[in-house]
This record gives sequence, C-alpha cells and structure tokens, in this order.
Amino acid sequence: MRGVLIDTPVAAPAEQVREAGAALLPGSVAAAPAPIADFDPSLPWRRARSVALRPEPFGALVYHFGNRKLSFLKSKTLVRVVETLADHPTASATLAACEVPEAQRPAYLKALADLARSQMIERREPSA
Amino acid sequence: MTAVLPSRPAGERPTGGRLIDQFEYGLDAPICLTWELTYACNLACAHCLSSSGRRDPRELSTAEAEAVIDELHRMQVFYVNVGGGEPTVRPDFWHLLDYAIGHDVGVKFSTNGVKLDRARAEQLARTDYVDVQISLDGATAEVNDRVRGTGSYATAVRALENLAEAGMKDFKVSVVVTRENVSQLDEFRALTDRYGAQLRITRLRPSGRGADVWDELHPTQAQQRELYSWLLANGEEVLTGDSFFHLSAYGEALPGLNLCGAGRVVCLIDPVGDVYACPFAIHEQFLAGNVRDGGGFQRVWQQSDLFQDLRSPQTGGACTRCAHFDACRGGCMAAKFFTGLPLDGPDPECVQGYGESALAARDADLVTPRSHLDHSHKGPVRGQPTLLGMPSIPRVAPAKMCDESPLAGLELR
Repeated sequence: MRGVLIDTPVAAPAEQVREAGAALLPGSVAAAPAPIADFDPSLPWRRARSVALRPEPFGALVYHFGNRKLSFLKSKTLVRVVETLADHPTASATLAACEVPEAQRPAYLKALADLARSQMIERREPSA
Repeated sequence: MTAVLPSRPAGERPTGGRLIDQFEYGLDAPICLTWELTYACNLACAHCLSSSGRRDPRELSTAEAEAVIDELHRMQVFYVNVGGGEPTVRPDFWHLLDYAIGHDVGVKFSTNGVKLDRARAEQLARTDYVDVQISLDGATAEVNDRVRGTGSYATAVRALENLAEAGMKDFKVSVVVTRENVSQLDEFRALTDRYGAQLRITRLRPSGRGADVWDELHPTQAQQRELYSWLLANGEEVLTGDSFFHLSAYGEALPGLNLCGAGRVVCLIDPVGDVYACPFAIHEQFLAGNVRDGGGFQRVWQQSDLFQDLRSPQTGGACTRCAHFDACRGGCMAAKFFTGLPLDGPDPECVQGYGESALAARDADLVTPRSHLDHSHKGPVRGQPTLLGMPSIPRVAPAKMCDESPLAGLELR
C-alpha cells in the first residue's frame, strides 16, 4: 500500500531499509516503464540529472523530478558517495575516495544498486 | 500550548538505525505538507475535517501564497497536498497551481470536482507534475450523497469522465472509509478501474464536523478487521496516505509509514496561514505559528516549541507497555485528542480493544475538545447531506432577508 499523508510507499522490505542505508519510497505515480539499470560498480556513475538531494540530519532525502520517486540516504557518507560519483572513474573508486570501510562496502554497493534501480543514479560516459 | 503533550525527554537523535526512528526526531523540512487554500466550499459534507463552508476574510492573498511557494521551493519541499474547503473555488487557484509547478513544488489537489469541466480537464491532462484527487465517499450516489450532499456523486462522476476523456493519467478517487461505505471497497475499485483512475482510501477522523458524526460513521471493530484483510490483499495498488497504521496492531505491519508524522514529517498550512501539526488537528493546542510571522514557514517548522516537543519518541503511557506498540505506535494523535482520550493512551479505534474501554471509561460529564474555528455554512445549503436529518428552520430572526428560508413560518399540514 502506498502512503501519506505521504502517498509514497515503502517498497523496500524493512530489513532492506535497515541494512542498505537507502530506503526506497517509490512515488505515487507510476512512471513510464523504465529499463532496469544493472548496477556495475566498475563503471562511471553520477547522481541522475533530474534528481535533487535535500540534506537531513541523518543523511538526505532524494527526489526524482521525473518519476516522482522519493528515497532516503541513511548516512552522511552515502550522501557524499552519491554527490561525488561523478568525480571518480568508477563507483568503486568513489567508495574508496569517501573512505568507506572495507567491511561496509557490500552494504554501500547494495544501496547504490537500489538507487540505480529507482533511477536515482545513472550511468555516465567515461570522462575523456 | 504544549501541556497537552505527554512529557517526553528531549533525547538525542540516534545515529543510524531505522528510518522510522529518524523520522520521530523530525526532518529539516516536511516530506510533504497539506495546504488548505480556502475554507470556502460549495458543499457541506457531514464529516468535513476542517469544518469548511464560508471563506475566511483573512485568507492568504495571492502574493502571500506565492511567497509560501517560494519558501517551500527554497526548503526543497517537493510536493504539497492542496485542499480546502474546495480549493478550485479560489479565483487564483489555477494561477497558484502553475506558480507552484514552475517552482518545482509539485501539487496534488483534492476537489469535489465542481470546477473540472472539459476545458479544465484538458488543461490538467497537459500539465506535468500535477495530481488530482476527486473526493467520493460512496461507490453509489445513495451512500455518497448522504454524507456529501445531493448531487455530489453526479458532480464527482462528471469530473472523472472529463478527466478520463481528456486522457489524464493516474488521477485518484479519494475515499474516507466509513461504516456505510466500507462494504463497497471492491465497488470503488471497479469504479476507479472504469476511469483508469487509482483508488485512495483514508481514515475518518473525529476532526472538524467529523466529530459530530464520528460515533455514527466510524467503522465498527468487525469492519476494521475486514478493512485490514482487504488492505493486505489489495494494498499494493491502493493509496492510503499511511492513515491506517493503527491497523498494523492486528499483526502484520501494513506497508508504508507506520507512525504519526504530525510536526515530524508532515504538517498543515491552513487558509489564513496558520501552521498546525497535521491536517486533522485544527485546534489551538496544535497550532505552531503562522507563515505571516517573522521567519515565515521555515521558522515555524524548524523552531516552534510545539514541533520541537513532537519530535521525540513516546516513552511513557499505557501504550508503551503494550506488545503491539512497535506496530501502531499508539495510533492517531488527532483521533485521541478529539475524542477526549489522553495522547499517551490508546487510539479510540485501537484494534486490541483498548480504545473502546478507554472511551467507555471517560467521565460522563467530559466535554471533548472543539476547534476554535468553524467555517460551516450558517444557512441551509443546496442539497445538503441528509445524514443529520433535514435542515431546521432557525428560530432567531435572520440577519439578512436573503438568509431566511422562504418556507419559514409556513405551516404545512
């Protein structure tokens, strides 16, 4: 069921919300069927151009103006990762640059994969 | 103002953890908010949560409303739920709609459909970033018109037809679930499917005129159980405004935000700019400030004493000792308040039955809180709801000749 006062449902199971750091709240309006982006951390990524991040005490609220999906980044480090994806050659390099501890990398990659699936981050062409 | 709130220790926001726990400590800006643009309404629904009818002369001007939108834009509030009253009777409604969309503030507005003729429907279908919700409280005219007024079903259906014909996608039919329509949920689904619309159902609150009819209209315990089963079976395709989280105490948590978001992640701006904790809490106790005050909406949201008080988890009260507390979090604050129940006790519709006991245990002479505001029409309204019986003829002299019923004094034999 979709919410609210916030008519934006939590699609991700609670555990995923807990573990992954990014809780995905797809928007109330179905977007045109979008291709599912396979997330490959060895490729260059960036915050999607139609996505805005709003800083919050625990991280950030993420909003996609195109498909109106809402999401949350649950740590400030994840915010930094998403914001600096475009500055690094690959997503993995971004995690290293943001000093994400080795043990936490799988959780961060999963969060990024979730964000890719909901089109919050997108592939970019490798910089020249 | 804050004496009404159960005492809560001002705790430190935890790091990490569940999102819902973070939400209890509030956000820097609302996820979304409700903005009632006017108290004016052509209808006189028996359960109106804002006791709407007559326009308030202090209503925000067009320029003031634009300033609020500018501020929401700055605060990155990405969408607002616009309502009323009937928002489309404001002459500047269509202008404000465009202004908000032009400032990255998406609009979802609720309407009874009175202004949605073909031309407006086509305009809306062409506009990106706007959502429309048509209010309908019965899947048949008989059930709907009893609470919303004669002819209101026909008006809503005409609006639905116009929107569907114009090619509008994903518009909503918004239903307040009552004792009289809870058995029609499948019919509502069929009706919305017919127009390519989406069903949205929300909970009846004892707010505004809703307090007058709540005893009669709120779903029975047996109906709540049916509603819960229906939501588990159909919930993925139905919007709820997260308003049924009190049902989660039946066992399986309903998807969505199972927590009271008042003053934490949502709030209400009323037509005169007053900011309340939530749309169902139009009462001085939940009034945090006004957008016309220095610092505007942002200051009210971020610094008002009331909202600060609301932004901590409930740690005391009977509910915290209940095994289901984590599921329902004590239910709806407004429902408790307007039925005269303590805010740290059970919701009046607590599915474990504690609400019924609490209601029964109220003092016989308890006077439940009433809002200080009432914009209800003073005279009879065309087609007014029959739920409360026929309009009575006032015994006092009318203020103006045109207020008088032409039948006054006529003896019918």
